[in-house]
Amino acid sequence: MKVKEKIIEFILKFCASITILTTVGIIAVLLFESIAFFKSVSIFEFLTDTQWTPLYSEKHFGILALVSGTFLTAAIAIAVALPIGLTIAIYLNMYAPTSFRKTLKPFLEILAAIPTVVYGFFALTIVTPFLQTIYPDLETFNSLSAGIVMGIMIIPFISSLSEDALYAVPKSLKLASFGMGATRFQTAFKVMVPAASSGIIVSIILAISRAIGETMIVAIAAGQQPQFTLNPTVPVQTITSYIVQVSMGDAPQGSIEYKTIFAAGLTLFVFTFILNSISFYIKKKYQEKYE
Amino acid sequence: MEKTKNIKLEKDSMKDETTLSNGSRIEAKDVKVWYDDFMAIKGIDMVIKPNTITAFIGPSGCGKSTFLRLFNRMNDYVEGFKMEGKIKINGDSIYKKKVNVEQLRKEIGMVFQKPNPFPKSIFENVAYGLKIQGIKDKKLIDERVEKALRQADLWEEVKDNLKKSALALSGGQQQRLCIARTLAVQPSILLMDEPTSALDPISTAKIEELIHHLKEEYTIIIVTHNMQQASRISDYTAFFYLGELIEYDKTRKIFTNPEKKQTENYITGRFG
Amino acid sequence: MNNHKKNKYIDQSFKVLGILFTMLGIFILGVLIYNIVIAGFTRINWDFLTSLPSRKPERAGIYTAIIGTLDLMLLTVLFAIPIGVGAGIYLEEYAKKSKFSSILEINISNLAGVPSIIYGLLGLGIFVRFFGFGGSILSGSLTLSLLILPIIIVATREAIKAVPHSLKEASYGLGASKWQTIKNVVLPSSFGGILTGIILSLSRAIGETAPLIVVGAMAYVPFVPHSIFDTYSVLPMQIFSWTTRPQQGFAIAAAGAIIVLLIITFVMNGIAVYFRNKWQKRLK
Repeated sequence: MKVKEKIIEFILKFCASITILTTVGIIAVLLFESIAFFKSVSIFEFLTDTQWTPLYSEKHFGILALVSGTFLTAAIAIAVALPIGLTIAIYLNMYAPTSFRKTLKPFLEILAAIPTVVYGFFALTIVTPFLQTIYPDLETFNSLSAGIVMGIMIIPFISSLSEDALYAVPKSLKLASFGMGATRFQTAFKVMVPAASSGIIVSIILAISRAIGETMIVAIAAGQQPQFTLNPTVPVQTITSYIVQVSMGDAPQGSIEYKTIFAAGLTLFVFTFILNSISFYIKKKYQEKYE
Repeated sequence: MEKTKNIKLEKDSMKDETTLSNGSRIEAKDVKVWYDDFMAIKGIDMVIKPNTITAFIGPSGCGKSTFLRLFNRMNDYVEGFKMEGKIKINGDSIYKKKVNVEQLRKEIGMVFQKPNPFPKSIFENVAYGLKIQGIKDKKLIDERVEKALRQADLWEEVKDNLKKSALALSGGQQQRLCIARTLAVQPSILLMDEPTSALDPISTAKIEELIHHLKEEYTIIIVTHNMQQASRISDYTAFFYLGELIEYDKTRKIFTNPEKKQTENYITGRFG
Repeated sequence: MNNHKKNKYIDQSFKVLGILFTMLGIFILGVLIYNIVIAGFTRINWDFLTSLPSRKPERAGIYTAIIGTLDLMLLTVLFAIPIGVGAGIYLEEYAKKSKFSSILEINISNLAGVPSIIYGLLGLGIFVRFFGFGGSILSGSLTLSLLILPIIIVATREAIKAVPHSLKEASYGLGASKWQTIKNVVLPSSFGGILTGIILSLSRAIGETAPLIVVGAMAYVPFVPHSIFDTYSVLPMQIFSWTTRPQQGFAIAAAGAIIVLLIITFVMNGIAVYFRNKWQKRLK
């Protein structure tokens, strides 16, 4: 009997350990191929060169060209999602009747459930042509359209997580503010948002992390030209869409093209790892505060 | 002289039906309990006689529930739990390393504050304890389920609906089902942690009557907040305060002529 | 305007803005679905579902992509459910407050935030190359399994947490061992929650494209896979490849395939929500 219990516990522990093996695997694979990459390309060139042309005969390996594309699209996405998402969160929490809130939330969450390849299609075939009617010089592939659509996709991340954070604020605070004659707007921005700030910040950080890791929208709608630029109307390439581009071709194992996707992946992993760690740290602190 | 049955905790053994009519004797020696740094029980000695009903009373947080849960080692799962001292049941220490905790809990049944039937059928609830012992004999299970339901005075009410969900029963019925579920395993000691605190007066009366009948076969310890209940149903009463056993005597003595001032204050409702 | 009036005005304006933005989100959802349905509904017929892909857009179908998606999901379920549920049980019922369990916890939270394309690189390095499974269904499903593991683990833990402590105590009190309690009381009571999590994680996996591109899903597969070592395509992959073609006909085919993918995604989410509501009601 005892032996059976021990065996079961061991098996379950092994299941849990697979998650650790996954992380170890990710880091090992990324490092292994990246180290091979940095044997032929200096880290200095990788971090300072502004051109990224590993697929051309004259090769440059400046990751900044991809990083700038990544952050440009992510910044546009956040610029769309943050004001809209936060306003929706505050509206749902402070203004909307409960029944209305309960109907609306699942609808908004559908936005997050739609596969990203569908958003890519939407950006390329619907949003870009629409934007071109307003600004005719917009190129077919551009970071503006991709960024906006990505922003729409992450609205529910910000609105749902921020609303959860607002909901967790003790009701007494809200009532105290109302009791002193404050309007809902004043209560929202002077009491609720500050009280829920850590939860809201976590939602924003996770949204940023999500945006820089997003692949299909940018691969379809933002183009495939690595450019060190902040111009949202021209094609750019992100880290993720570069990995897709190489994967769609057939880069032989051991070639420099093959290794570049791991070096690019490592860069992306470092960014998201830092963001996720910050949000985890804030979340832990915030939980302790309320418990 | 009461006969006491010798529980063999260290190996699985099917119980002999004929010895069932006897409860067990419990002894606590200098028992201390900590939750992390908080000392919940501050050194208690106590002997509980077989086939008696003992009531544990005292204000909330006095340690009476913690002390009760020592007897079937339910505190083992609480984070930060530490214990010193000895608890013996029929002479065997139950906190020794080689004690089989699962076996111990089959011998010492427990009924909880709120009725907690499993979201299964009435029959499955009562049969649960037997099935986890690996008993497969359908006839035996049927017999034991019926017997336990009869003992708990529930059989007549549910015999035609054994397949119905236990959650459809009323609160009082649920609690009697939980008692039946405990009895089906054929324990010798029944621990009851405020078993009627979530029930209405009529259901409470029914359960009190039931407890009174069960005394013939079991040693019963009941934690209660309700002083009338303690005085109505118990033979002995123990008054706990701040982790200490203040007074422990025949129930009549405690309620009519307590030795200690604190006991008197509590039972007359001056604090708590 | 006095101060009071001004405050009232701001308050009302913000309310209108809130309604506008909420409606904007739903409006865009409507525009997206409307446009795709308009573009693609002409392709939705039996032929489209049962034809092989083709170089001619008007003859191209999604048969191999659908079969590939089904095969891939079946295998993913097989790998991810036992491991994910097992890990969830371990973390909720066995792991004590130790260094190991806090590392596990941080790690899972971090894995949930790793971009899916990174899982693709993991799969490429480990399954495709190191184990030599190549661009097969096996590689793809192993990669997706690891990707959805954190979702299943988190859902399992939440569901187990919701099981009333009193039920576990009742079981222990009757002499049940830990595993007996988990098997007979905890898992049946948390089944609805776990199932919801599994369906949601699968709905996520069905729409994944990026990691599968990296581990070698094909844009053009003119045959149905027969073994787990065969190459394959999946619906999102087919959509991606058609979207990137210049011919208008392929854009229409892509829209048709998107309709099918959206229906699958919405149905799965609907089922998940249904189970969640039913299960939450039962718990009360």
